[in-house]
Amino acid sequence: MKIAVCIKRVPDSETRVKIGSDGKRLDEAGVKFVLNPYDEFAVEEALQRKEKAGSGEVAVMCLGPAAAAETIRTALAMGADRGVLLQTDAIPADGFVTAQALAAELQGGAWDLILFGKMAIDDYNQQVGPMVAELLGLPCVTAVAHLEIDGTKGIAEREIEGGVEVVEFPLPAVLTADKGLNEPRYPALKGIMAAKKKALEVKPVQLGPGGIEVLALTPPPERKEGKIVGEGAGAVAELVRLLREEAKVL
Amino acid sequence: MSATRLILAVCEHRDGTLRKISHEVVTGARRIGEAVEAVVCAAGPVQGADQLGRFGADTVVTLTNASFARYAPEGYAQAIAERAKAGGYSAVIFAASATGKDLAPRVAAKLGVGLAADCTDLAADGGAIVATRPVYAGKALLKVKVATTRAVLSLRPNVFTPVERPKAGTTETVAVSVPAGRVVVREVKAAEAGALDVAEAQIVISGGRGLKEPANFKVIEELARAFGGQAAVGASRAVVDAGWRAHADQVGQTGKTVSPTLYIAVGISGAIQHLAGMRTSKVIVAINKDKDAPIFKVADYGVVGDLFEVVPKLTEEIKKLHG
Amino acid sequence: MAPKYQGVDFYDIDGLLNEEERAVRDTVRAWVDDHLMPVIGEAYIAGKFPKQLVPGMAELGLFGANLPEEYGCAGLNNVAYGLIMQELERGDSGVRSFASVQGALVMYPIYAFGSEEQKKKWLPQMASGKVIGCFGLTEPDYGSNPAGMITVAKETKDGWVLNGAKMWITNGSTAQVAVVWAKTAKDADSIRGFVVPTDAKGFSAKDQKGKLSLRASDTSELVLQDVHVPKDAVLPASGGLKSPLMCLTAARYGIAWGAVGAAMACYDEAVSYAKTRVMFGKPIGGFQLQQLRLAEMLSEITKAQLLCLQLGRLKDAGKSTPQQVSLAKRNNVSMATDIAREARRLLGANGILVEYQSMRHLANLESVYTYEGTHDIHTLILGQEITGLSAFN
Repeated sequence: MKIAVCIKRVPDSETRVKIGSDGKRLDEAGVKFVLNPYDEFAVEEALQRKEKAGSGEVAVMCLGPAAAAETIRTALAMGADRGVLLQTDAIPADGFVTAQALAAELQGGAWDLILFGKMAIDDYNQQVGPMVAELLGLPCVTAVAHLEIDGTKGIAEREIEGGVEVVEFPLPAVLTADKGLNEPRYPALKGIMAAKKKALEVKPVQLGPGGIEVLALTPPPERKEGKIVGEGAGAVAELVRLLREEAKVL
Repeated sequence: MSATRLILAVCEHRDGTLRKISHEVVTGARRIGEAVEAVVCAAGPVQGADQLGRFGADTVVTLTNASFARYAPEGYAQAIAERAKAGGYSAVIFAASATGKDLAPRVAAKLGVGLAADCTDLAADGGAIVATRPVYAGKALLKVKVATTRAVLSLRPNVFTPVERPKAGTTETVAVSVPAGRVVVREVKAAEAGALDVAEAQIVISGGRGLKEPANFKVIEELARAFGGQAAVGASRAVVDAGWRAHADQVGQTGKTVSPTLYIAVGISGAIQHLAGMRTSKVIVAINKDKDAPIFKVADYGVVGDLFEVVPKLTEEIKKLHG
Repeated sequence: MAPKYQGVDFYDIDGLLNEEERAVRDTVRAWVDDHLMPVIGEAYIAGKFPKQLVPGMAELGLFGANLPEEYGCAGLNNVAYGLIMQELERGDSGVRSFASVQGALVMYPIYAFGSEEQKKKWLPQMASGKVIGCFGLTEPDYGSNPAGMITVAKETKDGWVLNGAKMWITNGSTAQVAVVWAKTAKDADSIRGFVVPTDAKGFSAKDQKGKLSLRASDTSELVLQDVHVPKDAVLPASGGLKSPLMCLTAARYGIAWGAVGAAMACYDEAVSYAKTRVMFGKPIGGFQLQQLRLAEMLSEITKAQLLCLQLGRLKDAGKSTPQQVSLAKRNNVSMATDIAREARRLLGANGILVEYQSMRHLANLESVYTYEGTHDIHTLILGQEITGLSAFN
């Protein structure tokens, strides 16, 4: 199977967010960057599908700065075969611009599957995967939590409010992965050593500004300091009174 | 003064009944639009669509096609994109619901523009729209300006509290033809009958490891029942990973982000990843035996004590209130 | 759910590591967080080595990680190997001991002194965790003075017969193979290494009970009573006390890193606690005595981290000496025991509970202080190196 996985380099989920001096971007000093957690499910799925098929290729694509080569190598260490870095210092706020750059690289690749994580944990844009599908004219299912493939037919399950949607689709297709799809493997130590020898192509790209402009990045509004109403079951009456009369939610 | 700003508000139905989240979409559209057209894709008439006028829809258009009984990603996307291209809409707004998160990017790509997703605030700024979106798991807010001819945006559920601003709400049905979709929703496996989704409930009560055992979730379920159908039961990641509760109930960074009117955290310590999923709730109550638990820093009201004593007492008091 | 462990790095030592070294450290750190931390408290109290973790450790490639790829190993450099030990011991010294024994005390001697057949037979199986090994040097009456050992191997027509007893042997009761050191003649020069299958007739292993330290580790007595092994059981290139001592140096190198990992874990826990535990109206981290504790801990950890890194670079350049390893083992284990104790005290009453790590590390590190060359022995090794004069007897 020939599978492409699009990944993103993002700040670790534990990062304390400090706003940069321009008031628009994260201050990256001391920030640890990792492979986007939802993309790990995508990489793992690609590796498992290739292993099941017995042959094929898993290629990893990433739009990002030079340092994203390290992120690609994490995927290579997990077992992907080769990587392509579309190098740019400025990741656009407009997901469609990102989608256009990735689609241009994926075009004509004769992929059986193109996988994404359902969203990046930094910008929460949740759009690049389906947009790439649209640009390539491929069927797409998002937020896949369970997947079965039989030849050129696929069945995906995705969570919706109050239930699970069972979706049928043909291959080739674009899928975005949700938590629960699989259990991503750790990059084994041998894999980390082998990653150094795998092909990693770096292609500088020039991107347009797109239609979405960042005006400001600000901390969330401080929640007013709360209070401990009391201890034990004895405090419940007062809690209920406050919820009714002060907070007015009951 | 710019020309009348017309907004296309994309609404949703489930099995032919309008989903309440549609009221929020119209409310949001009203905030930045002088005229709002509500649109919904369905196989036939949608029950409740005629109510959209109450929330400010000037017109309510049902786009019909036999394949629209259930969500049909490609058909819906094409129908809405074509509608958007044909009229002079300044913006197309979706709910960032499960369906909206799938549909909005497809429509945006068809319109050749990006999507400002999961917005918690909208404002008009001359000819452009300024949107506010939580990023970094809610640890920061991003303000963006969307200046494209047609802006595409989606709204975080439970944030744009529906406001009644009655307009004509004239209904119209338009049959549309779309090619057969390659992606087909074969069925919807319903969760436990009547269970309210945590992302949509007005009241969410979440349980964590403090409950000690899966069977003890019944004290939470009883409290939820006391609210008479308005409350959903959520869970921390720890208890979902331990297999006590379903992933669909998980509130937090790798689960769902919820914004209910009232969030009650029971036996949950308050790890950053959990807070990411509920910090925009209007009122937060925490019940925990450890007075140093981080959850108390985020809670508006806290009770320090044994949850097995406090929660049943709370259930009793709520039952009294609801009669 | 506890926040993910972020390590301790006050001097940007990460910036001195290469990408692979960081990636190795990150993988082991994540694995320890996900698989070891959730079970270690219970395992320690039960006195059981968490054997179910061995396949996962093998899959990651933790055993003999610095041995060559041609034998199924990861082929990492020594800095990466050290980082593995650091992260494992951040979890538990007993679990790190398992990996040290497997890699440095069984796979390493087979690699360094074994025939090609022995290497091909044992190393891949041990890398994959299918075969577990143990190292039989120490005896009931001969610990710090292994030259005095009384276990003997007498040459016979078709092999060897071993007789003797070994004690304090990690993995002894679960190993399929034991590398046993025995005298083939009267003196220490005649010591040779033998690869002995533990199911051989006359070989028995019994766990030592009543341990208050390294409880999540199997520590056993080995008894060899007329154990017959074939001619090719001997490690052909082994000879004299030098051979087992080379193994010990290899293990001690890993332990110098491991101790730093334990110290980092205790410090991290102490800082977290000091910032959140409120007494007399403010977090205890705001009081001078606790700040002194934390400042001392951070200083010692930072020094020890730099010590390890340079030692690793020297080892990778083929330049390190056993005495340099002694200095690191002695210093780092000693400072780690101090840090564990001070962290335990900072935690107050909570510090005696197994849900906090420091007391478990404190108890474990007492064994680490004593084994692989006691602190005092390393003092004499350094003393002899410095002065040229032996103070051993």
